[in-house]
Amino acid sequence: MISFDFDYLTPTTMQEAAELFQRLDQEGKSPYYYSGGTELITLGRLNMAYSEAVIDLKNIPECHAHGLSGDFLVQGSALSLTAAEVANFFPFLTSVASQVADHTARGKITIGGNICAAIFYREAVLPYLLVDSTVIIAGNKGITAKKMSDAFKEKIQLKKGEFLVQLLTERKWLNAPFIHIKRRQQWQTGYPLITIAALQAEDGLRVGLSGLCPFPFRSAAVEAALNKKEFNREEKIREALKAMPSPILDDVEGSKEYRLFALRNLLEEILNWQEGGFKLENT
Amino acid sequence: MRTVGKSVIRKEAWDKVSGTARYTHDFQFTELLYAKMVTSPFGHAKIISIDTSEAKKMPGVRGVLTGEGLPLIGEAIKDRPPLAFGKVRYHGEPVVIVVADTPALAKKAADKVKIQYEQLPVVNSPAQAFQKGAPLVHEQLGKYKKDEDSYPVPGTNIATHLKIRKGDLTNFWKDVEFTVEGRYSFNPSDHVAMETRCSIAEITREGRILITTSSQAPFMAKRLISQYFNEPEGNIEVHTPLVGGAYGGKASVQLEVLAYLSSKAVGGRPVKLWNSREEDMITSPCHIGLDAKIKFGADRNGKIRAAEILFLWDGGAYSDKAIDLTRAGATDCTGPYGIENVWCDSFCMYTNHPYPAPFRGFSHSELSFAIERTMNLLAEKLKMDPLELRRINAIRPGDLTPTQVKLNKSNVGDLPACITKLKELIKWEEGEVVPVNDRIVKVKGISCSWKTSTIDTNAPSGAILTFNRDGTINLMSGVIEIGTGTKTVLAQILAERLKMDVNHIYVRMEVDTQTTPEHWKTVASRGTFMGGKAVLEAADDVIRQLKDIAACVLRAPIEDLEVADSRVFLRDDPEQGVHFKEICYGYTYPNGNAIGGQIIGRGNYILRGLTHLDPENGKGKPGPEWTVTAHGVEVEFDRKDLTYKLLRAVSVIDIGKVLNEKAAKGQVMGAMSMGLAFAGRETFVMDELGRILNPQLRTYRPLRYGEQPEYMVDFIETPQLDAPYGARGVGEHGLLGMPAALANALSKAIGVPIYHLPLTPELLWRTREGLLR
Amino acid sequence: MKTHNLVLRINGEDRQVTVRSADTLLYTLRGRLGLTGSKPGCLNGDCGACTVNVDGWPMKSCLMLAVEAQGKEITTVEGLHDAPIQKAFVEHFAFQCGYCTPGFIMNCHSLVNNHPGADDKKIKEWLESNICRCTGYAEIEAAVKEVLGKKS
Repeated sequence: MISFDFDYLTPTTMQEAAELFQRLDQEGKSPYYYSGGTELITLGRLNMAYSEAVIDLKNIPECHAHGLSGDFLVQGSALSLTAAEVANFFPFLTSVASQVADHTARGKITIGGNICAAIFYREAVLPYLLVDSTVIIAGNKGITAKKMSDAFKEKIQLKKGEFLVQLLTERKWLNAPFIHIKRRQQWQTGYPLITIAALQAEDGLRVGLSGLCPFPFRSAAVEAALNKKEFNREEKIREALKAMPSPILDDVEGSKEYRLFALRNLLEEILNWQEGGFKLENT
Repeated sequence: MRTVGKSVIRKEAWDKVSGTARYTHDFQFTELLYAKMVTSPFGHAKIISIDTSEAKKMPGVRGVLTGEGLPLIGEAIKDRPPLAFGKVRYHGEPVVIVVADTPALAKKAADKVKIQYEQLPVVNSPAQAFQKGAPLVHEQLGKYKKDEDSYPVPGTNIATHLKIRKGDLTNFWKDVEFTVEGRYSFNPSDHVAMETRCSIAEITREGRILITTSSQAPFMAKRLISQYFNEPEGNIEVHTPLVGGAYGGKASVQLEVLAYLSSKAVGGRPVKLWNSREEDMITSPCHIGLDAKIKFGADRNGKIRAAEILFLWDGGAYSDKAIDLTRAGATDCTGPYGIENVWCDSFCMYTNHPYPAPFRGFSHSELSFAIERTMNLLAEKLKMDPLELRRINAIRPGDLTPTQVKLNKSNVGDLPACITKLKELIKWEEGEVVPVNDRIVKVKGISCSWKTSTIDTNAPSGAILTFNRDGTINLMSGVIEIGTGTKTVLAQILAERLKMDVNHIYVRMEVDTQTTPEHWKTVASRGTFMGGKAVLEAADDVIRQLKDIAACVLRAPIEDLEVADSRVFLRDDPEQGVHFKEICYGYTYPNGNAIGGQIIGRGNYILRGLTHLDPENGKGKPGPEWTVTAHGVEVEFDRKDLTYKLLRAVSVIDIGKVLNEKAAKGQVMGAMSMGLAFAGRETFVMDELGRILNPQLRTYRPLRYGEQPEYMVDFIETPQLDAPYGARGVGEHGLLGMPAALANALSKAIGVPIYHLPLTPELLWRTREGLLR
Repeated sequence: MKTHNLVLRINGEDRQVTVRSADTLLYTLRGRLGLTGSKPGCLNGDCGACTVNVDGWPMKSCLMLAVEAQGKEITTVEGLHDAPIQKAFVEHFAFQCGYCTPGFIMNCHSLVNNHPGADDKKIKEWLESNICRCTGYAEIEAAVKEVLGKKS
């Protein structure tokens, strides 16, 4: 039950959406870009999200693009996680996305919505971070393209009025070996205790984490430690653990100390996978 | 038997798969107003001020209520203001209610209420509450009105104290050669019925109070509202349609009172008060927590000679049903073992936590966790097979229970038989730990439990049977259909007694306190026993009336008549007879003369011979019979990660007699699932301010599809001689030993004893590493 | 616009309804159209009791605004008539209190239609979206597998 009232607007072009946002912002209506909308609905009823003007991006064709084009896989931000899973152009994304929330909810949650979410897991960003996809952002000044590594620093870096339109991923990455493990507090459902995603690139292992810190991240320092040839396994893990950003989460899913215990084991699993020729089952 | 024992499909089945089954919140009409609570954000705080002026000014707001001037309420001790007054005692406690035209307006207005608090020191566990000098949750404890068998201690946080003193108290540890001791604890948690609680109240111009509520206890709601507010009972009519899961949580009376007060505040207009999930978890009563200390002493043969037991139940902010939960814990404190010397102190402690409702098993799964872990500690110390230790000590006919009831072949089931069956089903001879590879092991854990139902000594159940003119029967019982299928089982019992087709019996699903005969409360696995006894008496009443008329019609003595297949006929010449439809509304002769008249069957049952417990030693008869159980759990355990998967769960229950096989198995499997979730994952996570950090289903997670083990359910049938067809209670019992069995398996797996719940990998890691917080 | 006059296509019928932008599909079905078969259990997308089918796919109706449902084909439990999954639920005792049942049925209904050959993994993936607190899921598993077995 959302108690506040809002206008519901359905622009059909990127420009129209951006202009609407600017105007509504000037009118003091706290405009809100909406695609899956699950966060506005669930946080809105707890007064943790508010808007008087909701701009639904689902009618903008670019936000629905989905397919291979030239050297790229193009994925619109308003694609549902289920749509991405079913098409399965990018198995790494499929693997990560298929563990977000639950199957029914993933029919509503969108790629863009998950990446831009307020809730701090934002796991869908991990594959894009590791392959450094290109992010298409629309705003009042038109369209910009950025590398994910520039666009995402703990969270997506959008200026007021900007929204995520598409993710472009180079074809060469689509079938790179990857592993993704989501460890939960208990059993097989719920938020992550830690989600770890790794990909083997020519220049070495790339690793992303969600649920460890209050933001998902990929860290050059962590990767450097894991890729250092002079290190043995134990040293790699020890140095990688030292290189983790802070703060480490300490919450209802698990304490900081326990997360570090679980993380050590997960890093071992990643190295096992690498040493074993990338053969482990994705879990 | 014709019907009893068969898996008869429940009478409301097609309604439930078609969306036409109606629950309280499904009732809606245009004049309905909506209430919204403003609740406490703190565990313990003084209310400095409440400003409702802005809320009152909002268009569409019809009333705003605060706690001022309301009487104190509560079942055993009147310690609870319906809305907090002066201070709040738990996170989620209702403080203000706003009534408005729509749910959205009510919420909007509730958000405008401004309450200023000043935080107070928080009592955050029963153990802390028990310490000398702990902050007091109730300063005025000595002034509250209370029942005779509640024993609050003013100036402390003790809401009641039950004592069990059995055996030789002067030479208590006389024959003991080995002792073990354990301290156990777990936080409160929740029932998580999928239907959140809802009550609708209206007060007519005649002063009639009409309540529709999702409750296990509509008759209790009627009595309590009458008592709390001096309303004549006859003026109060409580309706309960189908209930969407209850598990004890809907046996407490809370929203009914608040909905009644809300309606009163708006001139009697109908008002609906519906819990959000968050409110249902923390504002409404929860599942009790416990701190316990258990010491067992045994001789060298493994016979337990003495048990010293301390239970500190987490009574939360208000005692309500926690008094009874504390008593139930005391009555069966030893678990299902014949122990001569027993000393038990069972305390209900006030804390700044949500207050508890009954929870499936009524203190027994909780106490079993502590007892059964201690049993395994003892088995280890004695180097004895834990299953054998239980067999040696299993309670048997001839033994005395902790409250000194002498057991016989009828009032207790056959625990050794359950243990034997369990041993076979879980393949105990394979060993407790079976390695799969260098990292994974399969580990088994077992436990036993028992339970009697400590309900009111004078609790009634009634049934009425009426006929339709085609000779079919309508069955009315005050048992609520909370999902247990009891109403269908009652129809089976009736069909069996009348030897008729169960399809010719119609069951009234809704209960209303004005026209449905009372069934005390639909709790404690008593529906089938008490409701069934009442139905049997009503069936006999109907048979007598049918035979009376048929005797005239057939010109035969009553003793020559039989009833079967909806007919009354001559025993020696079955073709000579009359169909029910010819006599159930009187028999009409060809010339128009009529005899007899409408047949209405009545039956009732009241438990016999139950007594209060002696306050000094606990002596007394708390319940009619004990169901006994044996359980096993097998997990696949990862020794590196300390994660595990539930493989198999076994329950063997002495059910007395299986009345509806699929329904009985369903009850047991469901209870096992709930017990495993409680054991493995479910808990309220509290911060130092007593706030519950996980009041949502995404952070408080019941078992989901795919996480369940393979269930193995088997029954022993030792009849309870005075029960309908010998059946014992079974609705709760699958749950009882699950936490203990899982904890026993995992203690074995990590090689270190576990004393806490829930059994998350983090708890296992902390236990193994000695890092418990 | 803060309110909308919509025509929603529900169970094969066009239903006119006035909603606030902020009204969820669940609230609209229950509060405005009297279709109370879909149940509120959390309003948070967590429990699945409100699941309906939208264009044949399962959807938690508490996570969708009514305005978003325009132009879509909505099926609620009231729109099923002797569907195989309903019968299977009855025969396998796949519910007790019945409150989660409409949501479970709509999820299963969509599963058996979209994936008639669903294996254990697929079934688990779909059905972990709903919570049943009464059964231990064994009966639900039996019911859905019976229907799948007949389809494939």
